[in-house]
Order: sequence, then C-alpha cells, then structure tokens
Amino acid sequence: MPPRTKYMGAHRPKNLKGTLVRLLSYLKPYRVRMVVVFVCIAVQCACNVLATSLLNPLLTGLALPNSLESTEQMAKEGITLTPFDFINNLAFSNNKLAYLGAVVGLMAAIYVLSLVVNYTLNRLLVAVSTSTIKKLRDDLFAHMQTLPIRVFDTNTHGELMSRYTNDIDMMNEFIARAIPQFASSLMTIVGVFTMMFIQDWKLALVMVGMLVLMGIIVKFIGGRSKKNFVAQQAAVGKLNGYIEELTEGQKVVKAFNHEELSIEQFDKINSHWAEVSARANSYANVMGPIMNNLSHFFYAGIAVIGALIAVNASNPLEYVGIIAVFLLYIRNITMPIQQIAQQINLLFMAVAGGERVFALMDTPSEVDDGYVTLVNAQIDPDGNITECAERTGHWAWKHPHADGSVTYTELRGDVRFEDVTFGYEEGKTVLHDVSLYAKPGQKIAFVGSTGAGKTTITNLINRFYDVPDGKIRYDGININKIKKADLRRSLAMVLQDTHLFTGTVMDNIRYGRLDATDEECIAAAKSANAHQFIMHLPDGYNTVLTRDGENLSQGQRQLLAIARAAVADPPVLILDEATSSIDTRTEWLIEKGMDALMEGRTTFVIAHRLSTVRNSDAIMVLEHGVIIERGSHDDLIAQKGKYYQLYTGMFELS
Amino acid sequence: MIRKLLKGAKGYEVPSVFTVLLVLCETALEVVLPIFVANIMNTMQLYSLGDVLQQDLIYFDFYNAHAIVTLPKGTFIDGTVLLNTVYTYGLLMIVCAILSLTFGALAGRLCAVAGAGFSKNMRAKLFAKIQGFSFANVDKFSTASLVTRSTTDVNYAQQSFMMIIRTVIRAPAMLVFSTVMAFVNHPDMAWVFFVAIPALGIIMFVISTRVHPLFKSMFKKYDKMNADVQEDLAAIRVVKAFVREDYEEAKYRNSTEAVRQANLKAEKLMILMNPLTSCVMYGTIITLLVIGGIDIANGEIQSGTLTAMMSYCTQILSSVMMICFIAVQLVMSRASIDRIYEVLETESDINDGACPDKTVDSGSIDFVNVDFSYSGNKDNLTLENINLSIKSGETVGIIGGTGDGKSSLVQLIPRFYDVYDGELLVDGVNVKDYSLYNLREGVSMVLQKNVLFSGTIRENLLWGNKNATQEQIEAACKAACAHDFIMSFPNGYDTDLGQGGVNVSGGQKQRLCIARALLKNPKIMILDDSTSAVDTATDAQIRQGLKQLSADMTTIIIAQRISSVENCDKIVILNDGKINAVGTHEQLLASNSIYQEVYRSQQKGTVEQGGDN
Repeated sequence: MPPRTKYMGAHRPKNLKGTLVRLLSYLKPYRVRMVVVFVCIAVQCACNVLATSLLNPLLTGLALPNSLESTEQMAKEGITLTPFDFINNLAFSNNKLAYLGAVVGLMAAIYVLSLVVNYTLNRLLVAVSTSTIKKLRDDLFAHMQTLPIRVFDTNTHGELMSRYTNDIDMMNEFIARAIPQFASSLMTIVGVFTMMFIQDWKLALVMVGMLVLMGIIVKFIGGRSKKNFVAQQAAVGKLNGYIEELTEGQKVVKAFNHEELSIEQFDKINSHWAEVSARANSYANVMGPIMNNLSHFFYAGIAVIGALIAVNASNPLEYVGIIAVFLLYIRNITMPIQQIAQQINLLFMAVAGGERVFALMDTPSEVDDGYVTLVNAQIDPDGNITECAERTGHWAWKHPHADGSVTYTELRGDVRFEDVTFGYEEGKTVLHDVSLYAKPGQKIAFVGSTGAGKTTITNLINRFYDVPDGKIRYDGININKIKKADLRRSLAMVLQDTHLFTGTVMDNIRYGRLDATDEECIAAAKSANAHQFIMHLPDGYNTVLTRDGENLSQGQRQLLAIARAAVADPPVLILDEATSSIDTRTEWLIEKGMDALMEGRTTFVIAHRLSTVRNSDAIMVLEHGVIIERGSHDDLIAQKGKYYQLYTGMFELS
Repeated sequence: MIRKLLKGAKGYEVPSVFTVLLVLCETALEVVLPIFVANIMNTMQLYSLGDVLQQDLIYFDFYNAHAIVTLPKGTFIDGTVLLNTVYTYGLLMIVCAILSLTFGALAGRLCAVAGAGFSKNMRAKLFAKIQGFSFANVDKFSTASLVTRSTTDVNYAQQSFMMIIRTVIRAPAMLVFSTVMAFVNHPDMAWVFFVAIPALGIIMFVISTRVHPLFKSMFKKYDKMNADVQEDLAAIRVVKAFVREDYEEAKYRNSTEAVRQANLKAEKLMILMNPLTSCVMYGTIITLLVIGGIDIANGEIQSGTLTAMMSYCTQILSSVMMICFIAVQLVMSRASIDRIYEVLETESDINDGACPDKTVDSGSIDFVNVDFSYSGNKDNLTLENINLSIKSGETVGIIGGTGDGKSSLVQLIPRFYDVYDGELLVDGVNVKDYSLYNLREGVSMVLQKNVLFSGTIRENLLWGNKNATQEQIEAACKAACAHDFIMSFPNGYDTDLGQGGVNVSGGQKQRLCIARALLKNPKIMILDDSTSAVDTATDAQIRQGLKQLSADMTTIIIAQRISSVENCDKIVILNDGKINAVGTHEQLLASNSIYQEVYRSQQKGTVEQGGDN
C-alpha cells in the first residue's frame, strides 16, 4: 500500500481573496437576484434606522408647548422635526393628535416596507443558497470521481468526507447567513452612525469613543480566550481518546478485572479536562455579559452627557428626543457590533473550508490519453473482425491510426509485463524489474507478504497507477494507449473488502453490468454459488442491503462480490485476497463458484492462503517487489525454496 | 428532563445555584435602568418647557444640601434640579451597570465551572457504568454508540445544562421583571403586552412545531446524501474497476437534489418567522407610541416614560423569543440526554454470585445441558444442548466454522455471558455463584478480537498482574514466544505501543496478548483463535511453552488450523451451535465427516494468515 500523507487542514485561509472570489463566482448565475438581495438588505437597514429616527421628531413635536405663540416662536428658531413640512405644520399649528397620527402612520408604512423586504430577501436567499450549495456538492463529487486512486490512498476517508460535511456546511452557512448578516450589520452600523452625526455630532463622537473602548475590551478577552480554547482542544482530544480506547477494549478490561484501575485513570484525565474547559469557557461566557452591560454604560453616558449639553443649549427640548433616539440607537447597534466579530470569524472559516474544497476540485484528474477503445465485435470463421452495436459476447480493441485507418484486435486477455519498475513515491521502488506473461485463460497467482508488491501489480494492470510506456501490454497493445474506462471494463475485480452498496441484492449484482437482465443476474449468482443463500434472505433478490451489507456474513458478501464480477463477464479477472476472510471450510464450499468464474478467463489471484493458489498455471513468489520464485505448484515444491517453506509452515506470511 | 440534567450537577451545586442567583440579580438590575433614564428625560422635558413637577422627584443634592432630597410635585424645575437629577440617576445607572457587569461576568465564570463539572460528572458516571457492563450490555448498545454517548451526547447535555442555569432562568425572569416594571412605569400602556406576549408565543410555537418535522426530514435526506459519499469513498476501487463513475454521480445528484428541495421547503416556512415576529414587535411599538403619544400631547406623561416603555417592549418581547428558542433547543438536546440516561439506567445483567469467597482452585469445567442465546430467545439459540466435561489440567481443542458458536461457548466460562438454560460448573460450582472478580481471576482468556492499549509493552503486560516482577514477566513472554522480539526492540519492554498497539505486527500482538493472559497465572486458560497470525512452528512452540509454564492449567484452544489442536487431549467439533463430536485427532479423522473435510481443505496448503473471524 502506498503511504498515507497526513493532511492537516489549516484554520486560517492562505489565499483569502482568491478563494473568496471563487466562492462568490458560484453565485454568478444568480447575480441579478443577489443584487436584489443586497438592495433589500440596504432598504431594510434604512427602514429600521429611519423608523427609529422618527422617534425624535415625534417626541419633540408632541412636547411642544401648548400655547400657539411659543410653538410659532420655536418654529422660527428652527427646531427640527420631520423632513416633511406638511406634517411638521400639524405640530406647529398645535394639532398634536393629527401630528401623532401622521408620524406614527409614516413609521407604520416604513415598518410594513421593512417586513415585505425582509421576506423577499430571505425568500430569494434560500433559493440561491440551496441551489448554489447543491451545485458545489455536485461539482465536488463529480470531480472526485475522476481523481486517480492515488488521491484516495493518500487521504483518509475521514479527511475527504469532511470536505462534504464540515467544509461545505460552512460554505452554506457563509452564503445563507454570514454574507447577508454581515452586510446587514455593516449597513446598520453605518446607517446608525450617519443618523447620529446628522442629529447631534457631539453625542455621536461620544458614541465613537465608547465603541473604541468596547473594541479594545473585546480584543483583549478574545485573545485570552483563544489560547485557552487551544488548551481545551488538547484536553478534549486526550479525554475522547481514552474513552474510545477503553470502550473499545472493554471486553479486555473485564477479562482482566481491570475496571477499578481504568476508572481511576479516567477520573484523572476527566478532572484535568474539567479544569481546562472551565477556564476556556469562562472567557467565552464572560464576554456576553460584558458586552451587554457595556451598552448600559453607553446608555448612562449618553443620558448624562446629553443632559449636560441640553442644560447649556439654547433649545433644550430638542435634546429630549435626541437622547431617546440615541438610546434606541445603542440598542440597534449593540447586536451588530457583537455579531460582526463572529461573522468575520465565520467568514474566515468558510473561506478556509472553501479553500479545502477547491483544493480537492483542483487536484488533477486521472490522465487518460488512451484512444484504443473496446467495441462489440462479430468474428467470422476466418477470424475477420467487424464492429457491431449489439452485445455478441465477443469484443475487439478498436485501434485508430494516425493515417486514419482503423485496425481491430480481438480481446483475448493476454497480459504481459516487461521489466516493470514502479514506486508510489519518488525514490521508493515497490516493484523491481517485474516481467511476467499471462496467456489467455491462464491462472496466475501472486504470493508474498504484505508490502511485497502483489496488489501493486494489479493496480498497474487496471491503470489505477500508471507506468512508463510500453511496459505493460494487453493483447499486444500498450495499455497506456487504451482508454481507461474501456480497459477497466475488460477486467473484473473481486477485492478482499467486498464493498456492497445500499440497495437490493439484485442492484448489487447488476453493478457489474448495468444493462444485465434479472435473469442474467440470477444466472451469475447461481454460477457464484450465491443463489442458495440469496433465496433464504427475507425478500430474496429484492432484499435491501444497508451499510455495506451489514446483515450478511463475510462469506455471503464475498459470494455477492463474485456474482457481481461474474455478471460483468470480462475476459480478465483479478481476485485480490478475495477469499482471505473466509474460513477454510467455507472457502471450500465457494470454491466451485470461483472455479466456474475463472473458467476460460485470464485470472490474476493474490492470496495469503496457499490452498487458493495451488492449482494456478503459474505462481509468482514476491519478496520486496522482486519475483524470487516462479513456476507451478509442483515445480516450486520441488525447488524447496521460499514457497516450500511457506507451504510446510516453516515460515509465516505477515 | 430538567430534573435529569440537574442530577448531573452533584458536587457543583454551589456554582450552579450561584449562577442562577447572579443571573437573577443581573436581570433585576438591567430592568431598573430604563426607569432611571426615564427620570432624567422627564425632568429634562419639564425643564425645557418650563413646566412644574407632576409627581415627587427624589434626587441627591450635589450642590447645596449634600443629601437626598425629595422635591414635591408642583415645584418648578431649574437648572440645578436638572443637573442634580442627571447626576443622581446617571450615577445610579453606572453603579447598576457595574454591578450588573460584575454579576454577569461572575455568573459566566461560575456557569463555566458548573458546566464543566456537570460534564465531568456525567462522563465519569457513564464511564463507570460502561466499565461495569456485561458483554451483552455492550453488544446491545454497540461500542461506537457508547463512545458517541460518552463524548458527543455529553457535550450537548452540557450545553443544555449551561443554557438552563443561565438563559432558562434569565429569560422568564426578564419577562416577569420587565412586565412588572412596565406596570410600575405606566399601567395604562402596559396592557398592550398582554396581547403581544401570547401573540408572539403562538406565532413562534406554531412555526417551530411545523418547521421541526420538515428539518428532521431534511436531516434524514442529508444523512443519506453523506452516506452516499462515504459509500463511494469506501468502494472507490470497485467504482473505478467497474467504470461506474457516472452512475455514482447520478446517484449523488439525486441525493443532493432531494436535500435541496427538503431544505427549501423547510426554509420557506422558517423565513416567515422573522417577518411575523417583527410584525408583533412593530405592532406593539406603534400601539405604545399612539397611546403614549396621546398622553404626552395631553401633558399626562413625559417622553421619558414612553421611552422607558419602548425599552421594556424590547426586553419583554425578546425574552419571549428567547424562551421559544430555548424550548426548541431543549427539545433538540433531549435526544442526547435520553441517550445518556438510557445507558445510566441500564443495569448490568451479570452480577456477583452468592459465594463471594469461592475461588477457582482446580480448573475443571462442566457444561450441563447448556443452551445459549445472544438475544435471550429460545427460538434463536446460538448454542444448543451443550454437554461437555473438561477435567482439571486437560487441553481441549475446539474446531468449527465461522458462526458455529466456538467463541460463544468459551465466553460462557468467565461469565462474559450467562447461559440461557442449563448449568455451567467450574470446580463443580455454578459460575453464577462466584464473585465475578474471583471467577475472572481464575480464568484467563485471550480474546479473538484483542486489544492492546496505548502505553509501553510493560504497562500492557502488567494488566495481567500489576505486581509482576521482571522475572515473571519474562517467563510469561518466553512461554508466549514474545521475549525475543521484545528484546529486539531498542527499548525492550519499555517500547511504546502507540494507540491500539499499532507499532507491532499482528502475530506479535497476539503473542503479547497471550503473555498478558499468562501473567494472571490462571487455572483455566482460553485461547480464542489467538495464534492465527503466528506461523505453525511458533504456534507449536507456544503450546509447548504453556504446558511447561503451568502443567496443571486447564487449556482450551479454539483454532482454524487442525495443526493447532491435533495434539489436544480431546477435540470438540461444533457445528451450527451443537456439539457434533468429541474425540482425539485420530478418532475424529477416522469417523467424523466435518473433521475430515476441514482436514482435507487444509491439506492442500495449511498455511494461512490472520483476519479470519
């Protein structure tokens, strides 16, 4: 097996701008709608700020002195009410109830507009975000299908999986919530400050000063909190690791009467975690009340300073309304300010997630320069090959040449390796000068320890990994010239890990050839000796298998995998440890199925168990990537070499 | 459910209770603030209009009296009165804010302590409980599920607990306090809240209950979608080998589309929440403004009172929303708490017997008409009518196919499982009468799926006997053919094994497990397919080593290989949960068809590798 390189996802994005642009480019098809969304957000913020601001003229207007002369006096002094003179005149003409009605009516209208806009923008946003995320997922998955096996070997499934779960979820969160909320927070803050400065620049400056203070405090606490969270993460890892290990080994714990000691050990780790976690969470928990109460300081500050200004002002009445509005403004911006830090964090996380997703999308696909294709063929008695559309049971390699001519070669299953040297990594050779040939219909076996290079050979035959030109030939054709899909269609693999799919038994067998009829599938199952147990399943061939066929025994799963290969009906078969997880007696029972499958096909068998390979036409004993012995069973026994040692139990494979 | 949560806080009652009290104080302080502002603003308005006081005004006179002064209503307000009022109430506000901040911050700190303590307690309880579980208990839950319950679920429960002691108290308290203050402030307006509160509650309740099943169904589709990826990843070689990339892609597209639609459906309903709740909020504000505005126009109240009312409006309605939000959160975390308690409330079904002092002395074993079923169901017996007598010091081999009940049979001896029917005697005493400790001290078992723990080789071996000397350790390792390879490591017995013993090969791991079991110096030794990854020569050597180390030890060997059992005093053939035959190698080879089959299948090449179940 090739080595795994540990991929550690960075938490901070490396290329913030590039990734962000690319992420946003996914929104391009919806750009009109996104523009509408942002306009809606702006309108909504404006509505909220304006509605709040109207409180000032409302209160001032209502508080105007009840005598007509003094109000006229005030009007002359230029007291500011609403921007609308016809409404203001109601107040100045001392028709206060009408004025109240007009201003409240205006507010109500603004509120209604804000509600409509809110619904519209959210409606657009869910449509855009769900479609965008679907597109992202589909693109990622589609690209992943084209990746070379190497990528799957060097990344754990968990790492790849987290692209689909954590990373894409984070991006969804980004599009559906972070962008609009960030925009809204920003616009609200800008809007509120604009209005503050319009209404009273002195108090507005006081607010700015207080906010700077708030920012400093947040930054201070945030920094300490982060350090503690890192410590907590480590403690959690240790704690969960212990729980996992001991729970998995619980039977051993019982067998050794070790319960007391494990609990003792656990209590230590658990207590340490509690300490660290309490410290880390303290900072986070303290942040909320601090922010909340800071706003009360602002509250008091604005009231006191406002009152002081008012006492010395020429027209103190104005300040009543201004203070009232400022108090509401404080309420309006406390939330956005608290959240904006969180939203920026979310943005970073989404971009980091996006970076990982795009990195996978940018991983180069399998290279396929092959141009030789596999076609259905009719072969007349003279051996002439003609291409045809329908399935005939015969196939040919269609080989177009540079001069425009096309030649056909019958698919027979002749595989040759010529001095193949290969390594998964630069400088680490796994196979050294391996030469071998398999004539059509022959059974070739590979025997050797883990890491000797057995699986590597099969990885090269189906081009999961590529070797330099001309080293491997299939029916005389350099396999690098064969289109990968066609090459693989001509081979069937049965692996040690069977991997069944969620679906019925019939679906799983049909996976070998999608256009196979039910009858063909059943025939394949019968030939693999699987029919009998399938009929005993609750719904026979329609029994639904879940989670890799968890309700089947290892042997039964293996039989289904063999049936799946049988229905594909290819000329070449690769059995990679296909029977290693079955006990000898069960293997003996399925052997007939295997023999039927191998009949007339070129077969490569990899096995630990020598009983499986004994009747092969040729057995290759591999050690450290070198074929050290080759020959039939009898030849090798007679040689009294490694194979003989293995066979007699003097040496064990590992 | 809250009661269950609170039970977990044992030992952390003080921080928990103080969190609640501090949060209450913080809330109370927050609620009086608008009244202070109202006083300032009202006085300002009266001052600027040159009006007289409409009710008594209390303030601290900073300029003249330097004492608390009550100004009777009807008094004219001058600049000094205004400044005094502003200073008095401004100072009060700052004091309140400082106190409130202190309380809030302390509550946050204590809540973190209580929360971590809660989580620690829950986890410790779970861990101890799981340690006490019988094999059947563990099987019922599955190991993976027990791990999830001890980690993820405890986290969720901790979050809920922290939310309860902070927010669950805070939101209703805020609601009640604010409503009371609203009435104190201006009873004529406060009735509006009696319409607004239920309206808001109903809207949130109706939408939440409708949205919940939609999201649940979405998450189900979401899980299915991720399962598709997982399946594809696991089977990527199969996918590529059969050239099924397009097929998988189409399958995944269907899943993502299903998720998209389900998500859209749920979100469409969800996005109604904001406009509808805002509608109530705005409606309340408008109503307050109209009523308050008329009162101001008539000179009955001043702007400050109306502004305070608006503050209470925000506080009241946001606490209603908070309550609904918490309710939803609690419902969601309920599943986690239930899953934790399901474990905590499960009693181990295997407990100490009536003779706690009885120890295993000779090591004879008798199965008398034993039936066994994992599901406790007589129609689904794994072992049926087992009668078998093993004398002290005998070596017995057991042969059978996958699923024939070999492991089940031996796991009954140290009472990992209890028999369904019949009796199992060790030393002539029913195993159910021993204390579990004494029984398991006497019986050593090398499990088929064996585990080494992170730590050094020595630490792992000491599991067998924590007081073992270096000589004893080496003797056991020599018998298990482990000494030589251990010594070949640079650090010898102090070599670190890594988690799950990843630094040794399969065969080495098996030999370490055997040595660990030997250190217990047991009367009965059971090897459940424990040498499958060891070559036949070493296998034979280990068997010899066992005999030498302890000649009178009863030994049971389960094996796939005939060679592992052919020298046993007797060999038991299990087939489909029943004893098919008992005899020596020669007897069975002559008369038993299953034994002959196995023998023949292995004659073609007897060497095999581990991994057989």
